[in-house]
Formats: sequence, structure tokens, C-alpha cells
Amino acid sequence: MIFLQVAAKDLRSELRTKESLNASLSFAVVILLLFSFAFDPSGEAVAEFSGGLLWLVFAFAGALILNRSFARELPNDCLEVLLASPVSGAQLFLGKSIASFLLLLGIELLCLPIFGIFYNITWTPKFLPLLGVFVLGTWGLTILGTLFSALTVNLSLRELMLPMLLYPMLIPALMAAMRLTTILLSGNDIGGDDLVWLRLLIGFDVVFTTLALALVETILVR
Amino acid sequence: MAAPVLAVEHVYKYFGDYPALRDVSFSLRGGECLALLGRNGAGKTTMLKILAGLSGAAQGEVKLFGASPRQPAARRRIGLLGHGIGVYDELTAIENLTIFAQLYGVSKSVAREWLERTHLAHVADSPVREFSRGMRQRLAVARAFLHSPAILILDEPFTALDDRAIALLQTLLSEAKAAGRTIIMSTHQLREAMELASHVALIERGKLVHFGPRTPEMLMDPGYVYRTFGAV
Amino acid sequence: MEKNIRIGIGALAGLLLLRNLYVILFNLPDEMAQGPIYRIFYYHLPAYFTAMCCYLTALAASVLYLTKRDLRYDALAMAATEVGLAFAAVNLITGMIWGRVIWGIWWAWDARLTWALICWLVYFGYLMLRQAIDDPSERAKNSAVLSIFSFVSVAITYKAIEWWRTQHPGPVLSFRTGKQLIDPEMERMLFTNFLALALLAFVMVTVRLRQEDIQRQIDGLRRRAHAL
Repeated sequence: MIFLQVAAKDLRSELRTKESLNASLSFAVVILLLFSFAFDPSGEAVAEFSGGLLWLVFAFAGALILNRSFARELPNDCLEVLLASPVSGAQLFLGKSIASFLLLLGIELLCLPIFGIFYNITWTPKFLPLLGVFVLGTWGLTILGTLFSALTVNLSLRELMLPMLLYPMLIPALMAAMRLTTILLSGNDIGGDDLVWLRLLIGFDVVFTTLALALVETILVR
Repeated sequence: MAAPVLAVEHVYKYFGDYPALRDVSFSLRGGECLALLGRNGAGKTTMLKILAGLSGAAQGEVKLFGASPRQPAARRRIGLLGHGIGVYDELTAIENLTIFAQLYGVSKSVAREWLERTHLAHVADSPVREFSRGMRQRLAVARAFLHSPAILILDEPFTALDDRAIALLQTLLSEAKAAGRTIIMSTHQLREAMELASHVALIERGKLVHFGPRTPEMLMDPGYVYRTFGAV
Repeated sequence: MEKNIRIGIGALAGLLLLRNLYVILFNLPDEMAQGPIYRIFYYHLPAYFTAMCCYLTALAASVLYLTKRDLRYDALAMAATEVGLAFAAVNLITGMIWGRVIWGIWWAWDARLTWALICWLVYFGYLMLRQAIDDPSERAKNSAVLSIFSFVSVAITYKAIEWWRTQHPGPVLSFRTGKQLIDPEMERMLFTNFLALALLAFVMVTVRLRQEDIQRQIDGLRRRAHAL
């Protein structure tokens, strides 16, 4: 399972330096802090946009991790050597997506209690479904983000271009993740009309994963 | 006569409308070593990238052991030493080699062996970031050779190597040749290349203006190739 | 010959637009609730359809480029996307003007307007990516992949916004006649104006293609001059 070895390599590299992990986590905390000035964090209304707020934080902090995904292969021409190895483009991409996914999920799970403290939100009651939504939403964010990381790896304005390309396309997944998270953080279950958001999120993940795996090789070969 | 290990047939490559390679054809058998000469921008690196499967030819065919270099089976048998060293600064030497051993389906003990061969066993557990330039180059050589590739593709391998690394590389390449492996290297360092080469090719502006065995004249005076076959 | 066809179609488009404008302003009846401003819809909706046709063309051209690797398909994808963005902008602006008049505000997060904005940003990203890549083959290949993603993304977002709207019903930019059906005369005009705009789009794409072709020739000559 070569893609797992690729994922392990990325994780080992990142955990060794912790560069983007630290940057991402600090950035997330700063955004949570800034948002507290944008509106009244103690009011009843916080429950309304709790999901929206969390996913904005995840999307912004996530860009730092996702950018690094292919960019980490640039020093010493490692990308060239990887592509010349028997690893297929799709395996390389999948391995990197999994690594970024795990890193981002880790950051999200660290942000959750911080968020809970800052905004006085209890997140424990529906934790398992919440985790499920985090997994689905983060996968959507990761798969598109890693693809755009591959697409923009050789560009000089990479750090700017990746978010600009990623966020508009991510909107359906963000919308669904935000809705579902808000519902769960308010202590309710997802049911009835709201199931459509779950379907949207799953559909988004399936469609874009398939499309990405099919097209990534084309991007990587000159 | 053994089938060619490497066959390039009427390959064209364009960057936009610019022809980087035009109707390039040649073939090599096992045990042969090609010195690929040419000025900067002639198309040497482009050709090597196509051979390594990093780039696709716009027209024509490239076959390594009868298969396209884009196939994983072919890539498993290629060792690439490009301009960059291709190892991760933040990981240790043994970690780096283990990754590539895994990618090429080779055991970890082989990675250890190669650390010894390249005199890096004493720094196996140090991050590459701390290595001197010569050490990094030797690690790159270990990375390229550890899966015993049948075809070695080297892009200006002697440039910027220190003496120890040059000696190591020359030894390894001679061994590879003797073992029947095929080598292609692009080079500006004519003397070292000519010693190893069995064949010489000259690319000029994307066209292969000469391909043939290495002659005694070439060995004595490496500039001979440019003067004889190249346009002024 | 080609130039004459272009001029011919352009003239036809121009005449059709003028004729339609006359009919829209003077002959068609007023809509029930909205008064005269509803007539902007005759540009708002056809502009949307035209933009969608352009994006569909860009998708086809992108797929064709990836399979055939002929740079002319890449030029078509780029031209179609640029023209599509222009018409999408018309769609957005007419929508905003309309909204300003009937609701009093420039933007109301109407589902379709929101989607139009997302769509516009997605395809603008395509142009931004193209601008950032110098090598023509790399640019063509990578933007073709992005174009495919853009189309799929736009389709998914359409569905998502629709579901959002069913849960959060809001104002909608549209019109109906008294019997909740569109008057056949109005429908005809919608179609005729779409035809006019589509012809205009076609001409704009061909003009843009011609520009690209000349630019490539210039680049080729320049490169040859440098090599000498």
C-alpha cells in the first residue's frame, strides 16, 4: 500500500519540524480571538453561527497545511524523484491527502475545546456525530486542497492562489458542514430536512475524490 | 543480438510552439553507457526527463525494456540522479533511504548497506540538514543506486561533486556497467564522462546531430565531439 | 472569408438586438406586479443561458485538449471562459439593478444571484491560474483540469443553493403573468434575445480566438528572433 507509506512520510516530516502545524494552530486561535470582536460572543446568537465560525477557522487554518502538502517536495527536487519512482500520481496524491487530512483533523479536535471555552459552547453531548461531520467535511476540504496544492506547486504566488481557487469551489461542502455542525452543537440530532446536507457532503466527497484521483496524474506529468 | 534496453524513436517535444526536441532517435543495450553532450538549452535535460517518465513526448515513442517509462514497472528499474539531491532535509539519512527502499520494494537492510557503501553509516541517524555538501551528494547517490536499477539516468552528475563523491560515483558507474546495466548521463564534465562512456551523443537545438560509439579521438580530446559534429 | 462570416454574424446579432430592444421597450405589455423594470429580465436570463453555454463549450474544449493536446482547443477554452465571464457579469449586474429597483437594496442573497457570484469567482480563478503559468503547454494542461473541476463545482453548488433556498426561502428575481405562466409573447422574446446574445457571444469568441492566434504567431517569431 504505497500511498500509506507516502502518508507516513509526510506525517513524519511534519511532526519532525511541526512548522505548518504550529502556524496553523496559532492562526486558528488568533481567528477565534478576532471573531470574538466581530460580534458579541456571549449572547444567545452564538449558537446560531457556531458551525459557521468553526468551519471558517478550519478553512483558513487548513490552507496553511494544504499549501505545504506538495510544497514540501520542492526543496532538493524531491518531487521529481518521487514522480520518477514507481509511485503513481494517484497514489502520491492519495497519500498526501491522507496525511493532510490527519493533520487538519488533529488541529480541528484541538480547536474544538478552545472554541468551547472561548464561546461557552458545550460540544460533548453529540460528540460522535460531530466527529463524523468533521471527518466528512475535512475530507472534502483536504481532497480539493491537496489537488490545488499540486496544481499550484510551481507557481510563485502559490500561497495566494491556493485559497483563491479552493474556497469558491469548497462552498457546498462548507455550507453543509456548517449547517450540520450548528445543529449538533445546539444539541439536536440531524434528521428530516437536514439529512440533505449530509447527503450533499457525502456526494461532494465522492465526486471530487473520484475526479481528483482521475486527473491528478495529468497535472503532475509535464 | 540482445534487444535494446532503451529505445527512443522519433521523439518530438514542444513547450508551447517551441520545439525542444526534434525527431530524436537512438537505442542502447545493456552494459552500454551514453555520454549525452550539448550546450545549455540544447534539450539534454528534456530528453532525460522523458526517459525518466517525468515528461511525455509529444510525438514518437520511448521504450524502456519494451514498456513506456510512465509504467510503474519500468520506473522501478530506473535510478535517477538529477540536479537536486532528492532527499528530505528534516529526516535522517536512514529514514530517507528507507522511504525510497519502500517505494522501490527493496528491503530496509539494503538501505543500511548503501549507507555503509557511501561512508555515511556513522551519520545514519542524523538529519540531512546537518550534513556537509559532500555527504548530501553521497546520500543522493545512495538513493539513486539502492534499488539496483537496470537503467541509470544522470543529469550532469559530476557537476558540483567533491572529489570523494566523484570517485565514489565513478566506481559505482563502472561496476554498474560491468554488471550489464545501462547508463545515460548528460554532462559538461567531458573527461570523466568520456572515460566511462561506450557511446557518445550530441544534441544541438533539439536535434540529435551525432550518435555513435566513443572513439579514441574523443577520449584523448573531449572537445573533439563539439568541433567535429556540432554547428559552429 | 472567415472575416466576412464574422462580420456577417456580428451584424445579424446587432440587428437582432436592436430589434429586440425596440420590441421590449414598446410592444410587450407590462408585467403584473413589477412595472416596467421587469424588462431587464429579457437580458438577465438570456445572459445567464449564454454564459452557461460558454462554460459548457469551455468544458468540452478542455476535455478535447487533454485528449488531443492541440493548443487550439486550449485557446477555445480560454476564449469561451472569458466571454462566459462577461455575460455572467451582465447577468449579475442586471440582477443587482433589478433587485435595487424592486426590493430597494443592491444585494439580497437571492439564491440565484449568490450562485451567479460563486460561479463568477470560480471561473475567474481559471483566468487567474492561466495568468500565473508561463509555459503554454503547462498552462493549457493545468487550466484544462481546473476547467473540468470548475464545471463540476458549479453544478454541485447549483444543487446546494437550491436546497439552501428550500430551507431558507427568500426573495426571487423572476416574473410571472397573472395566471402563473409566462405569457407566450414574453417567452418568445426571452428566446429571441437569447439567440441574439448567443450570436454575439459566438462572434466575441471568434474574435478572441483570432487575437490568440496572432499572439501565438508573434510569440513564435519572437522566439525565433532570439534564437538567431
